[in-house]
Amino acid sequence: MKILTGNDLKSGAVIWWTGHDWSLHVEDAVNVGERADEIARREEAARRVNAPYAIDAELRDGRVRPAHIKDRIRALGPTVRPDLTLKPADPEARHWVI
Amino acid sequence: MYKYDQYDQQMVDTRVEEFRDQTARRLAGKISEDQFKPLRLTNGLYLQLHAYMLRVAIPYGTLDSRQMHALADIADRYDRGYGHFTTRQNIQYNWIKLAEAPDLLADLAKVEMHAIQTSGNCIRNISSDHFAGAAADELVDPRPYAELLRQWSSFHPEFSYLPRKFKIAVIASDTDRAAMKLHDIGIQIVERDDALGAAFYVGGGMGRTPMVAPSIRDFVPLDQLVTYSEACLRVYNRYGRRDNKYKARIKILVHELGAEEYARQVEEEFAHLLGQGVEPPLAELERIKTYFADPAFQDASNDTIDRSDPDFALWVDRNTVPHKREGYVSAVISLKPVGGIPGDATARQMHVMAELAKSYSFDELRVMHTQNIVLPHVRKAQLYTLWQTLEAEGMGAPNLDTIEDIIACPGLDYCSLANARSIPVAQKISERFAETGKTAELGELKLKISGCINACGHHHAGHIGILGVDKKGTENYQLLLGGSEAADTSLGKITGPGFSEDGIVDAVEKATDVYLRERSDGERFLDTYRRIGMEPFKEALYG
Ligand code: SF4
Repeated sequence: MKILTGNDLKSGAVIWWTGHDWSLHVEDAVNVGERADEIARREEAARRVNAPYAIDAELRDGRVRPAHIKDRIRALGPTVRPDLTLKPADPEARHWVI
Repeated sequence: MYKYDQYDQQMVDTRVEEFRDQTARRLAGKISEDQFKPLRLTNGLYLQLHAYMLRVAIPYGTLDSRQMHALADIADRYDRGYGHFTTRQNIQYNWIKLAEAPDLLADLAKVEMHAIQTSGNCIRNISSDHFAGAAADELVDPRPYAELLRQWSSFHPEFSYLPRKFKIAVIASDTDRAAMKLHDIGIQIVERDDALGAAFYVGGGMGRTPMVAPSIRDFVPLDQLVTYSEACLRVYNRYGRRDNKYKARIKILVHELGAEEYARQVEEEFAHLLGQGVEPPLAELERIKTYFADPAFQDASNDTIDRSDPDFALWVDRNTVPHKREGYVSAVISLKPVGGIPGDATARQMHVMAELAKSYSFDELRVMHTQNIVLPHVRKAQLYTLWQTLEAEGMGAPNLDTIEDIIACPGLDYCSLANARSIPVAQKISERFAETGKTAELGELKLKISGCINACGHHHAGHIGILGVDKKGTENYQLLLGGSEAADTSLGKITGPGFSEDGIVDAVEKATDVYLRERSDGERFLDTYRRIGMEPFKEALYG
């Protein structure tokens, strides 16, 4: 599947396209298929996202998982600071990234 | 240390207000990201993996306690309570919000700091010897010359759009502690016939095409320092490759022309510029020098160090270096606790370092390119009290220049250009060697890790270097041996096929075992490698 990501213009936070809005959580990302460019252009023009781009992802155990480690690190946070990730209390989260 | 005059302050304040306006227009949709991006980058604001990242310039790595306190406050107010000291003697914050960036820059300006020239194809923040003004072996303090060049290069209209970024380092001792020959221009202040001058090395650098800078001129009189620098830049600005980003650094130009031909062209330009009145009057240099006068050292010649606490004695042996004044040393605060993140410091640690500088080091601190902090002027008699505080705050690791004192760039945990993570590798290596207890036995061993070919972690210049690469979507690590960024600068060579994250830790241990087996008396890892060559290491790694 193809999912769309970028950064929130004001905060810089990593965000994912949910089909109608942007979410901090990659689990909310939807398959954008061939529509990535069109959505990216529209959302960027509306200043709801900065530097959007589409990436490959897969559904694993029903959860969206970006294909490349770089985007998995973006999705969770730095592997070396679990306390600063989106799942500070989940010791398994790091395994999802690597 | 240097204090802003009204022009410096006005320049920085004006820039903050300009950026406030630019940011407001971006947030209001009046300018696009394409228009805004170069503006935010000229103010040090990058978009990285998780958020905006701000790189703050610390000229030649020198700070006072007021500035260090301000950096700590910024970490708390605008970031997540910490900062990362970099191999360019700067600090980076990883979690900055665009809307808050102008206020952050205004706070920096209040303590005579900014984030200008930390990005873009301009002359970047100038680096120097972290022991400047304190080192027992220096000819003079190199910082006034670095400051003169900082003033010359700040907003220099001719050099704001160079073919590529441009880095200058200035030192004034034969021991190179600033990787001078791995800069676009490396300057060493030297003496000839009782007069001071500057030796110029041009065209060094790391990155994808690492090169050691050749000597271009061995003596430039000090009243021509700026003019000669300008001539070096002009030739580059004119002929540097703008058509290919990977060939745009000055090292490629110097390499392709040949050092001799490049030097000839510089001489020609220099002769022309000498008549143009480029050079500031020597009185300006003298004015700058007054800011770098020695602090009021006391007679401390009778100071002794009580070595009865063995942990303290070890720290003294490892983390203090000789000072030009009897009774004083420079003390290195390690930001490399075992298993820690090299170069990271919490806001609290920054406040503590600031207070220690105030109490024990004439209000001065230095950022080392090896991502540690120096208190340059500490009385021997006060070391024990100082060390106790460092120990209590997690900054007392006795590991300067050992295998645990690893340089690591942010890598894939933070950097959008990265191929692989650097920090976890550094953490595992420091843990492994702390656990096996081999650190002391190995002595001086400089290990440096970069998460991609851009080499911010100086991997080419490590006695042992590690480069993270992307192997079909998986992190992989190449091992290099034999690099150095000291006076005996050399570039490391790749041992062979790369390793996995755990494999590279084992590989490093195997390489050090070869050294322990083969070394002769007094040899460092680097010396043994240079004597026996790559083969025995390859045998141990792949045989
Ligand atoms: S070396 Fe590469 S990964 Fe490391 S900080 Fe530099 S650009 Fe980023």
